Amino acid sequence: MAGKLFSFKNLIILLLLIFAFTIPCWVTSRFILHIVIMCCIWAMAATSMNLMMGYTGQINLAHGAFFGIGAYSAGLLILKVGMNFWPALILACIITVFVGLIIGLPALRTRGSYFAIGTMCFNVIVTVIIDSWEDLTEGARGLLGIPRPAPISLPFGMEITFTSMPAMYYLVLTSLLLTIWIIYRIVHSMLGRTFIAIKGNEELSESLGISAMRTKLLSFLISTFFAGWAGVLYASYIGFLSPEISDYHVTFELLIFCMIGGLGTMVGPLIGAIILTIISELLHGIAIPRMVAYGFLLVIITIFLPGGITGGIKMLWLRWNRKGEQ
Amino acid sequence: MSLFIQQVLNGIMLGSVYSLVALGLTLEYGILHIPNFAHGVLYMAGAYVTFLLATAVGLNFWLAMLIAMIVLGLIGILIERLVYRPLMLESHLSSFIAAIGLIFIFVDGALNIFGPDFKRFPPTHTQAFHILGVTITLQRIIIIGVTVILIVLLHLFIKKTIMGATIEATAQDREGAQLMGINVKRVRMIVFALGSALAAAAAALIAPIHLVHPGMGGPVILKAFVIIILGGMGSMPGAIIGGFIMGLVESLSGGYISTSYNEVFAFGVLVIVLTIRPTGLFGAK
Repeated sequence: MAGKLFSFKNLIILLLLIFAFTIPCWVTSRFILHIVIMCCIWAMAATSMNLMMGYTGQINLAHGAFFGIGAYSAGLLILKVGMNFWPALILACIITVFVGLIIGLPALRTRGSYFAIGTMCFNVIVTVIIDSWEDLTEGARGLLGIPRPAPISLPFGMEITFTSMPAMYYLVLTSLLLTIWIIYRIVHSMLGRTFIAIKGNEELSESLGISAMRTKLLSFLISTFFAGWAGVLYASYIGFLSPEISDYHVTFELLIFCMIGGLGTMVGPLIGAIILTIISELLHGIAIPRMVAYGFLLVIITIFLPGGITGGIKMLWLRWNRKGEQ
Repeated sequence: MSLFIQQVLNGIMLGSVYSLVALGLTLEYGILHIPNFAHGVLYMAGAYVTFLLATAVGLNFWLAMLIAMIVLGLIGILIERLVYRPLMLESHLSSFIAAIGLIFIFVDGALNIFGPDFKRFPPTHTQAFHILGVTITLQRIIIIGVTVILIVLLHLFIKKTIMGATIEATAQDREGAQLMGINVKRVRMIVFALGSALAAAAAALIAPIHLVHPGMGGPVILKAFVIIILGGMGSMPGAIIGGFIMGLVESLSGGYISTSYNEVFAFGVLVIVLTIRPTGLFGAK
């Protein structure tokens, strides 16, 4: 698989990249471009959640909170401190990781269901604090008027601005690709193997000299970093933040993206986020009980298609191949 | 002083409701070994069923509550049969996700059927008593009294009947119970019916005091989780004691400090306990 530059897999990746980069050339509708941008932001958050949940096997139900913390830190740094977007982006990610450290240290002492519920409680606490600390966050009124990223000036008097939709799209797409690439490299490195070992059997991997606490914390912090980053992009793109953006419903939504796409695979969260974001954006105007349909979909998929969409495709592929051999 | 007594009484009343919800949750955890996230929506559904029976049908409070418990017990059995049983051998994560799906179905279903507005229950048992400078309504006394009766009945059921013994045996050792000829599938169904009926009872009791709305299950279920973590998952005394502690913490912090940080206090307690003892106060190492 590895080593061959012109493999079938690389060809598909190349085609997909070309497709992704040329979208603004042939899509003129602002609405469709908006959906594509939202897909990228959610895919980024889902991919980061996947590192902790799919590869390290820890059900972190505070991920939406980190998305919200990233978004709010950037919004506050830009609006209240008057920072430029780019340093605010970096600082917001650092703040998110720092909060992740404070939450992760006690939470990661617990395991399994305890960890899931403990992190969920953290998520609620974060939302309540954002909602109630009105002097800082404006509470339920929300943060209004977060500007788009500041232009970057290049030599020879050139400038990259982010006021247009395509420019914003390229920023978000680049961030998504960077996230995927970094997480891919991590997962396929020695470090990634220790993550997967922890998922397989925590006691056994500890007996092999892996520090479970340190490994889990590292995976947790990396995933919060990218969640925060995705949050910053969301804040700057949408321009408005309310406490709901850190709510545990966001966590649930990210979880669903991962599950429906296929947990523990690189493409799973991408597929899940893209398909479900498109569905939910398209269903926005239609008065059908969207969440009821979502709920049924979720229950049915977990029962009949435990590996998600990628798991299903893989199963079909194997069956088809076996038939070919016979 | 009278403020203190008033808050303590409120705390005991809230604690009763939390205990009932947490008892159902801890029973289910003991048997299934998964936290049933969908427990909160059953609580909400119980409140709506009671509300409908009391207003649209015009039954009296006690009958409405009893029927709601039966209806929710049946819904509990259905959920176990249709959703949790097929996932019995899958990882815990699958059950989590399925439960989240159930939450969506119930909460959004209630939103679409009953609308997002808060429903006010017809006032029942409004007689007030004045003791030691404290006012307490009959409904609050009923909440505490019925909770005590239900807890005693549950205890007797589990300790004195064969069916109860099968539940306890399955909770202790599923394979062992199976080898002794206990029908574990039936035990799962009974436990789900019991848990859901207890949630419905809790919701029916509190409905005349609080308002009925689609999102009412969320905060309660989170607190119930905190309670069963504090009390040790699967432990019944832990759930009862934890429930009352939670009620008291909530009403005292609400009365003396601030109600808007209500949840922060409740979950703060959890975070502190888990930091010191990662498996809960009464949980096994």
